[in-house]
Amino acid sequence: MSLLEAVETTRAVGRVNPVAKLLAALLVSVVLLLSIDWVSAGVALGLELLLLPWAGLSARQLLRRTAPLWVAAPMSVVVTTLYGRDDGAVLLQLWWISVTEGSVSLALAIGLRILAVGIPGIVLLATTDPTDLADGLAQVLRLPARFVLGGLAGLRLAGLFADDWRQLALARRARGVADARGPVAAARRFAGQAFALLVLSVRRGSKLATAMEAKGFGSDAERTWARPSTVGPRDVVLVAIGVLIAASAVTAAVLAGTWEFVLA
Amino acid sequence: MTTASGARVDARGWGWRHAGRLRPAVSELDLVVEPGERVLLLGASGAGKSTLLAGLAGVLGGDEEGDARGELLVDGRAPAEQRGRVGLVLQDPDSQVVLARVGDDVAFGCENIGVPRDEIWRRVDDALEAVGLDLPRSWPTAQLSGGQKQRLALAGALAMRPGLVLLDEPTANLDPEGVVEVRDAVSRVVERTGSTLVVVEHRVSVWLPVVDRVVVLAAGGGVLADGAPEEVLDRQRGRLTEAGVWVPGVVPEPPVRRRASSRGPLLEAADLAVGHRGPRGRAVASGVDLVVGDARTLAVTGPNGAGKSTLALTLAGLLAPVAGELRATPELAGGAGTVPVRWRSRELLTRVGTVFQDPEHQFLTSTVRRELAVGPEALGEPAAQVDERVDELLARLRLDHLAGANPFTLSGGEKRRLSVATVLASRPRLLVLDEPTFGQDARTWRELVALLAALVDAGRSVVAVTHDAEFVAALADDVVALDEPVATEAAR
Repeated sequence: MSLLEAVETTRAVGRVNPVAKLLAALLVSVVLLLSIDWVSAGVALGLELLLLPWAGLSARQLLRRTAPLWVAAPMSVVVTTLYGRDDGAVLLQLWWISVTEGSVSLALAIGLRILAVGIPGIVLLATTDPTDLADGLAQVLRLPARFVLGGLAGLRLAGLFADDWRQLALARRARGVADARGPVAAARRFAGQAFALLVLSVRRGSKLATAMEAKGFGSDAERTWARPSTVGPRDVVLVAIGVLIAASAVTAAVLAGTWEFVLA
Repeated sequence: MTTASGARVDARGWGWRHAGRLRPAVSELDLVVEPGERVLLLGASGAGKSTLLAGLAGVLGGDEEGDARGELLVDGRAPAEQRGRVGLVLQDPDSQVVLARVGDDVAFGCENIGVPRDEIWRRVDDALEAVGLDLPRSWPTAQLSGGQKQRLALAGALAMRPGLVLLDEPTANLDPEGVVEVRDAVSRVVERTGSTLVVVEHRVSVWLPVVDRVVVLAAGGGVLADGAPEEVLDRQRGRLTEAGVWVPGVVPEPPVRRRASSRGPLLEAADLAVGHRGPRGRAVASGVDLVVGDARTLAVTGPNGAGKSTLALTLAGLLAPVAGELRATPELAGGAGTVPVRWRSRELLTRVGTVFQDPEHQFLTSTVRRELAVGPEALGEPAAQVDERVDELLARLRLDHLAGANPFTLSGGEKRRLSVATVLASRPRLLVLDEPTFGQDARTWRELVALLAALVDAGRSVVAVTHDAEFVAALADDVVALDEPVATEAAR
């Protein structure tokens, strides 16, 4: 589960309120999803890459965490180039596959967009401890403590899934029911094992709920917070950077004439 | 440590019936516990000990969860109205940790009852010190041992400054060192705070130094015996032993043995290293040499983290060795090859049966009867024969009245008996058991030991991973002691 654990960092970004990180990442993402063009995504991605040295992650951590993006982005570029909606001059024609100016620019727009939306999200959340995020959601955004802390406790239980899954698989082999081959048998076995995992986690969850209730969770008493979650200048700066990136991306795209509002 | 005074408990004709059950879990209970008393609560399984603790902690739930009768009061008020006045520690260490860092987890209860921030952290440090957890606040809870997790749960309860501390089998899932750690922490805490203590435990001798009163609940409702520990244990010796309580001084009688003659070894390991495979896999124990003899019992002992369970899973043909050799002799393998992990799942059934540490991991069906039929059916036995086999096992392991019940709803002792029975159903030549007596009451313990002795006498072999010195003394022909854990790489 190491990819889900927060990276500890001494950089300034490690001390930014998680809510500010969430807000900055959301801002960039939402704005980039309003248009599908390569200029806005390219500008946003360029600015983000310039900021990476301050992200608090080593090059290796950065690569490991963002690996899914580096697979997904080129793949969608290839697929869209070959099969995307055709438009403009035909660049290449192979049987039923046609590569046109339109499909190439669409592919570029999508590939860059995956990176430009994914990188800030992954990078900002990689240095965020889930407990600190929960504190921020409840204290800064005033979301109900019951849901936020319940979710946080559930997340911790999810960490036990991998071990349980392994034990369940071994137990099935030991019980003599793990021989059947072929996709149908495999699917059936997977479903059975997944159900068993569900039963186990529900049982553990209800025990945890009892322990939490005994510690006064969910009572009517006014809750206090042991860890203050506050918003300061640092957080404002990060959100402002998010706004700046989003605004630069839109401005550049509009000036270049490529901005195409998807909702229009 | 400053603290609130001990709380008083009053039960007047109290009873509770869980929704959907015919019989009440507790009925007609009259009991007074004075402030500062330390009570050991005993009774047969099903006498309602845990229900009483849940009632005192105010976590039984509302009308949808069950019907209450009479009154159950802490300091004259309903427990659910005064969160923080009562602290509860449960049996399972893993399902009580709420947060990822030690300090945060201890602070959780205080936050819920509205303690001011500065005061919370003072209490957290106090509580951690009181239970002897000498760790930084930011220490990850995932890295704690079972005994440390139980002390963490105790610290979390303690930080709320409760007048009443309730412990529901707090040491049942711990190894011997963990048991002493937790008992000593509790002892120190009640000494310092003067809180009232009610503890439920089968292992009486562990808690005798801490308690000053023993209450025995009657299976049919009400109180069977109540008074000074020595007096109650002396008067109720026979009844308590029958009810599965480990009464000090009552030594379990070793089973009478009629040994079968041995026909040479079944499994041979040479310089074996074991571990889980996968990206983060590594050997947890290495350099193991052993022989599993025919009609013999091999006990695998050693401290926590020494790789005992992993070794058992490897011997059982479920994990591939990381290095070294594990060879099955023709005596065990039949025609199936010498490498157990390469056997097919069905081939394992008649050769090696594995009883997992947590029975819940190995249940596959929704009734006890069907659970027992899984093995024989996988072997393709005819239906009539399967039925006969299942009936025989149900009777032999006292599960016949539960044939239609869901395995997950059984008590701890019943689950253990069922998990052993499911393995016996396919008549394996070798039984591998991981901590078979963990958390079991004295009655289940006696039954298990007698059953395993009879199996070995009948020519089967047993490998058991265990911390239980009495179990080793009663059954083991051979012992393999694993060393301290291999030094682990520093936490990243």
